[in-house]
Amino acid sequence: MERPDWAPTGVDPTVPSVARVYDYYLGGSHNFAADRTFAAGVLRALPGMARVAQENRAFLRRAVSHLAALGVDQFLDLGSGIPTVGNVHEVARAACGPAARVVYVDHDPVAVAHGRALLSDDPTAAIVQADLTDVEPVLAHPIVSDHLDLDRPVAVLLISVLHFVPDAADPAGILRRYAAGLAGGGFVAVSHASSEGVPAAEDAEAVYNRAGSPHSMRMRSAAEVEQLLAGIELLPPGVVRIPLWRPDPLDDVPVDAATYPGYAVVARVEPG
Amino acid sequence: MTDPGRLAAAWAEAVRGTSFVPLRLGELRSLLHRLTRDLVAAAEGADPASAEKVGRALVEAHFTNPESLRRTIVVIGDQVPGAVVAALAAGYAQALQDRTLLEQERITSAAVTALREAQAAEWQTQARYRAVFAEAHFGISLADVDGRILDVNNTLCRLFGYSPGEFRGRDFTLFTHPSDDPAIWQRVADMVAGRVDRIRTDKAYYRADGTEIWTDLVLTLIRDVDGAPSVIVAMLEDVTERRRLEGRLRHQAGHDPLTDLPNRATFYSRLAADLAAGRPVGVCYLDLDGFKEVNDTLGHGAGDALLRVVARRLRTGADPALVARMGGDEFIVLVRDEDAARTEEVARRVLDVIREPVEIDGHIVTVSASAGVATSACPVVRDVQRDPADPAAELLTAADTTLLWAKGDGRDRCAVYDPHRHRAELAREELAAAIPEALRTGAIEPHFQLLIRLSDGRPCGAEALARWRRPDGTFRSPAEFVRLAEEHGTVGALGQHLLRTACTHAVSLCLPDPFVLSVNVSAQQVHDPDFEAQVMDVLDGSGWPAAALQLELTESDLMETGGRPLQALTALAGRGVSIAIDDFGTGYSNLAYLHSLPVTVVKLAGPFVGDPVNTGLLDAVITMAHALGLGVTAEEIETAEQARVLRDLGCDTGQGFFFSRVHPPHELAGALGLPTAAPTSG
Repeated sequence: MERPDWAPTGVDPTVPSVARVYDYYLGGSHNFAADRTFAAGVLRALPGMARVAQENRAFLRRAVSHLAALGVDQFLDLGSGIPTVGNVHEVARAACGPAARVVYVDHDPVAVAHGRALLSDDPTAAIVQADLTDVEPVLAHPIVSDHLDLDRPVAVLLISVLHFVPDAADPAGILRRYAAGLAGGGFVAVSHASSEGVPAAEDAEAVYNRAGSPHSMRMRSAAEVEQLLAGIELLPPGVVRIPLWRPDPLDDVPVDAATYPGYAVVARVEPG
Repeated sequence: MTDPGRLAAAWAEAVRGTSFVPLRLGELRSLLHRLTRDLVAAAEGADPASAEKVGRALVEAHFTNPESLRRTIVVIGDQVPGAVVAALAAGYAQALQDRTLLEQERITSAAVTALREAQAAEWQTQARYRAVFAEAHFGISLADVDGRILDVNNTLCRLFGYSPGEFRGRDFTLFTHPSDDPAIWQRVADMVAGRVDRIRTDKAYYRADGTEIWTDLVLTLIRDVDGAPSVIVAMLEDVTERRRLEGRLRHQAGHDPLTDLPNRATFYSRLAADLAAGRPVGVCYLDLDGFKEVNDTLGHGAGDALLRVVARRLRTGADPALVARMGGDEFIVLVRDEDAARTEEVARRVLDVIREPVEIDGHIVTVSASAGVATSACPVVRDVQRDPADPAAELLTAADTTLLWAKGDGRDRCAVYDPHRHRAELAREELAAAIPEALRTGAIEPHFQLLIRLSDGRPCGAEALARWRRPDGTFRSPAEFVRLAEEHGTVGALGQHLLRTACTHAVSLCLPDPFVLSVNVSAQQVHDPDFEAQVMDVLDGSGWPAAALQLELTESDLMETGGRPLQALTALAGRGVSIAIDDFGTGYSNLAYLHSLPVTVVKLAGPFVGDPVNTGLLDAVITMAHALGLGVTAEEIETAEQARVLRDLGCDTGQGFFFSRVHPPHELAGALGLPTAAPTSG
């Protein structure tokens, strides 16, 4: 049964939250026992899960730096989770200087309350509580229009979040509508969990799809990820395993990169 | 101690990948170079405790994984004094603890904030809900699935006249009413069982004071988080007034406002329903005689009062039959008639009660009514024009037709439907309706009977007579259709058609000279303002000379003629057209009066001619006509003796079977070659 509109969601510390579980993977302490218990179940299925989260953070850093080099200084981070260390506005400010503008979007009220406290003194970054699948309301949100000029290029970041959007919600359509909303064009950066060639990742996916999970998960193959971006121009190297997306020259590419349980891609949106 | 540069490189190699937020290799190296210098300073200086900040820096760089500290100690443990390693570890642990506490505090605070916001939103929603509940226009009650009322709002209390305390704890399923749809309580049971989520119905209740209210009731099932039925919300809108109004409007729509009798529509639907159900019924159609006079002499107010009295008497007199007012002074009674005789009985009874004098505004008024009775037992002649079959309409038409018979037979009486009479009337109607088409197609055509000059027995003209050819080639006589044409206003067209076709045919023949073509015209035709022009139009169009045309009018038609029609006849006479008076001797036969009309010929009617005792009268009439300058034609001469007597009396011309039968157009020429005058003697 559908919950009534006014019922509080995500504020119960005894129920795990996607954002706090992710924080735990990243070694943070912004989490409660229920989050850690759930995360432990995932880690049993896929012990490398913590590293997966770290590689996602590393991809986020590389992607934001690359996009800054392409002239982007506005970022819309959808499904941002708890904006802790290594977050977009810090990376963006390092890469773009003080002109960088960032808006985070998450539906988790605790993550948003945390983000609001963290960003309260920062005029260049803000957080909006919204469901990223509500495309038009998100783009029309006053905080978004206060911080971002959609007539100039904007990078939409969907880091480790689209696998929480089921097929029934039409993730490809959601991407198309975000792209259509970028009047001044820009980019879409996506990282996505995948069990392709990684049987253990299937077990992790199953844990997310069990009762007691904060959210169901739909991992996708490289072809499916490419399908999500159909009609949008992919930047080289296209859809690749996350560590292989434009690695830093100085960093060693992990030997197991080819069986890393996730894909990354960045695409260019032409001005509307 | 190893070279600080090499130590930093080894350190970086050891800990890279253990940070939760990976640094670029370059960033990591420069961080660890700096920290190595700090370690060296701590080892060489007097303050080993300053190595604590190195441990703190590692935590700040997100090396929060215990593996980072273990590898760090492995790399630097034998390069710096134990006190320095201990300080680094202590600083690391302290920083990690600080950080963990800070993050826990922050996330807890965020959770509390989020919860508080959610609660505030919920409280606002609840406050709004309380306001809606209390102030609603609807009466609202909440009940558990056992039917126990948990709460009610003020509106509901006002509606029912109970206090909230009187409602609470009572079972809402006990609020029954005799008019309840039995199915409704089954649906409520379905709702309690979770099979139905919403019910809407009109339902009546008794108020505390015993009066009745009608409500538009909506029941909504609220389920708990597991989907199990938990609360039933009832919303009731008071629709008592609306229903009363609807009832009144329904009554008004089906009743006549003056008499409050059912109206035509109500009657019709009742009749149709009875007939559809195969119930034997009779219909008595009534119309007051002389109602217009009451209206005209005593005023419409008195007329209305009379109608109300009649309505009242009909209702009691015809009880239990249904009485309706059809409009004006027409009423109708619907009788359940098992033996097809009861309706007539009811009709006679109501005619009796209507005949009773009525006092209106101090005047004693006596009226009567005429009634037409038709019953479903008697087959009704269907008007083939009306399609599809509508038995109710047909029975009404039958009764209405019968009412006209009663009126025509002298009013204040009851006529019973007779299908034979109706069929004959319908046949006449059909024939009348076919006249225009028969004129158009030429099925009505002129036939001719010769006019004979009695002095020498030679033909000197012909009378054109209308005949209507049937599809089988036989002919209808004018007696069948001329009267119909008069009644239906088509006789003018008929006369004009006859005149045109007769003239056209006559022109086509090589006729003896002189020759008179005599054509009948009707009073209606002569009264047409265009009559003169129409005749002249035929003459001009056909080329038939005016002097050779004779128009025949009956004596009575001519006597009615005055003013403009007379002017037209006079004008035509002035152009040389002869005017003959037809059937002379059957009406007033006022020769003196004829003198003032433009008449030139008198045609003596058949009965007048055929009676031998009339010889003296014939002599007088012929002498008188001649004295007035009029020619005389004798009609219907059937014997040589009649022809001889008339010739001897000086009658100018004659016609009849003795000389010639009536010929169709193509025989006229042949007939003219056969002179059959009686032999002249003395």
